[in-house]
Amino acid sequence: MLTIKDLKANIDNKEILKGLNLEIKPGEVHAIMGPNGSGKSTLSNVLSGKKGYTVTGEVKYFNENLLDLEIEERAHKGIFLAFQYPLEIPGVNTNIFLKTSLNAIKKAKGEKELDAIEFLKLVKQKAGELKFDEKILSRQLNVGFSGGEKKKNEILQMSILNPKLSILDETDSGLDIDALKIVSEGVNALRSKESSFLIITHYQRLLEYIKPDFVHVLINGQIVKSGGSELALELEKKGYESLS
Amino acid sequence: MDAREKEIEKLKDYKYGFSTDIENTRAPKGLNEEVIKFISNIKKEPQWMLDWRLKAFERLKQLKEPNWQKPKYPKIDYQDLYYYSAPKSMDDKPKSLDELDPKLLETYNKLGIPLQEQARLNGIAVDAVFDSVSVATTFKGELNKKGIIFCSMSEAIREHPELVKKYLGSVIPLSDHYFATLNSAVFTDGSFVYIPEGVRCPMELSTYFRINATETGQFERTLIIADKGSYVSYLEGCTAPMRDENQLHAANVELVALDDAEIKYSTVQNWYPGDKDGKGGIYNFVTKRGLCKGKNSKISWTQVETGSAITWKYPSCILMGDNSVGEFYSIAITNNHQKADTGTKMIHLGKNTKSKIISKGISAGFADNTYRGLVDIAKKADNARNFTQCDSLLMGNKCGAHTVPYIKNKNSSSNIEHEATTSKISDEQLFYCNQRGLNQEEAVSLIVNGFCKEVLQQLPMEFAVEAQKLVGISLEGSVG
Repeated sequence: MLTIKDLKANIDNKEILKGLNLEIKPGEVHAIMGPNGSGKSTLSNVLSGKKGYTVTGEVKYFNENLLDLEIEERAHKGIFLAFQYPLEIPGVNTNIFLKTSLNAIKKAKGEKELDAIEFLKLVKQKAGELKFDEKILSRQLNVGFSGGEKKKNEILQMSILNPKLSILDETDSGLDIDALKIVSEGVNALRSKESSFLIITHYQRLLEYIKPDFVHVLINGQIVKSGGSELALELEKKGYESLS
Repeated sequence: MDAREKEIEKLKDYKYGFSTDIENTRAPKGLNEEVIKFISNIKKEPQWMLDWRLKAFERLKQLKEPNWQKPKYPKIDYQDLYYYSAPKSMDDKPKSLDELDPKLLETYNKLGIPLQEQARLNGIAVDAVFDSVSVATTFKGELNKKGIIFCSMSEAIREHPELVKKYLGSVIPLSDHYFATLNSAVFTDGSFVYIPEGVRCPMELSTYFRINATETGQFERTLIIADKGSYVSYLEGCTAPMRDENQLHAANVELVALDDAEIKYSTVQNWYPGDKDGKGGIYNFVTKRGLCKGKNSKISWTQVETGSAITWKYPSCILMGDNSVGEFYSIAITNNHQKADTGTKMIHLGKNTKSKIISKGISAGFADNTYRGLVDIAKKADNARNFTQCDSLLMGNKCGAHTVPYIKNKNSSSNIEHEATTSKISDEQLFYCNQRGLNQEEAVSLIVNGFCKEVLQQLPMEFAVEAQKLVGISLEGSVG
């Protein structure tokens, strides 16, 4: 579903990604690990279309040239980015944001938009599955949320929007062990033959709960090593130093 | 692009920008006693009304146009304006809607304000003012049954002189500032509302102001009186055609609330704002003042100001009765080259009076937005309280936002709070919304509506949805 060839990205004349190659097939879970400043967040930004980067190389997404699409078009076609630092939008009710988002995507796909009652039913069900406190949904989007609540809110949005490719940018950072478990269970519940995941993380910890099919090590803008889930354990023992 | 395509292209930005081709009766151009007599005569006014107007005109000669406001404008030639323009068909005063010129009905249909019996808005009575006359008022009979008077100002002067004489000019006196006094001399039409003692008005009352004629100023006069223990919610809407000239709208609105009465006054102002380069648009120089005359009375202003080239107004409350309450909720949006200098005055005279000011200013493009407000606590106003919150939102880096709060406090038992913030829509917020499938305009509309929420919530439900859409439309093309 996603094929990345020789992807390079510059920001402010600094090269961050230096020829990255990666292939993700439907249903696969890939983890990207790497030290600070290796280009992990840049990769998630470039794939979701954030402005400000000069990008070369090729990214094919279901036979389409992903780099030609606007941010929202990528979202309409099933790309979801769970933010490392979800944004606060004062005055906007979380439920309303979720509904606006879901209906924008449905509209773009030519599907019937949900009315308030249908939406609330869906959100209730999904929130229940994720053990997500429904009260949070009537609060302003991410305003005054704890770190854990913000991340859980991202996972809830992910489960409602039902994307084809979910990119999790350091979703585990700042989570205590209970929140980590809940978030992981949420991701695991969404795993299916059709939906793929790209999990970006510093630590092996998250991968104890979400078993990846592949682990890639990103150092200095390139993938230097790929392997199965055992690679994560190896890294935990030896550190990134051994690979660079 | 040919002319027609251009016209369509323009209307995409401002869908109320069409004009109605209609034959008019006009006063001769210029401002003088003859014109004032012409206006009074065509409205079949009693002598006392004409005398009042002429007194105002005498006073006007001694006044100077103020110029302390932030938005400056080219000098207005008051002798080069028409002060009265009305559709010719209104000369014989059509008795019913059946007699009304179909072109007028069609105009209001196009504006989304159907006047015909079968199509009327549910639960909302409308007074439709077209240039200098009220062309129709709906639900009058039904309201009359409860003793409520809802009619045009012209009709009230003829039919209810005792009320008009008592209250007209009681809040905005003849000797007020330049534009208010100009209005007192030449005012044409507007709405008159009287709610009798103990009556809760069963429906929303509203006036829809439409400017159509060229080179014409609109001088609306509205007077609302809520007698003891009564309640009314009133809403006004305004639109005008797109023209290259600037047109003047100088209205006076007076509200009087007696003991235990409450008036809720909402405005959705969408006058033509001018084009992208700042050409044309309405000068909206309006005086709105409410008097909380009785004890425990309450006046609440809510305004959504999205239109006009220049908006210059301070809907105010004089809190005379003990325990009276004044509120001001405002959204002022300026885009392209629009300018606004708006806010409120809360004059605390009675004991235990309370006021609340929530102002949300949004600036985009090259626009400039000023909040200017006065909280004035008189010596005898024991235990007065005020809370003020002014938030500004900037979009882009060529616009401006200013906050000018004045506080005069002569009583040490008072409690005054002022909060102010200035923020920008961040690229990160937009990225977040885009990533969730919203395009740029949807994202801006969502964020701005969130910013304005406290004020939008104050609008009557029937209008809140419209206002939300308007907020989004007014800022289209301002980001990206």
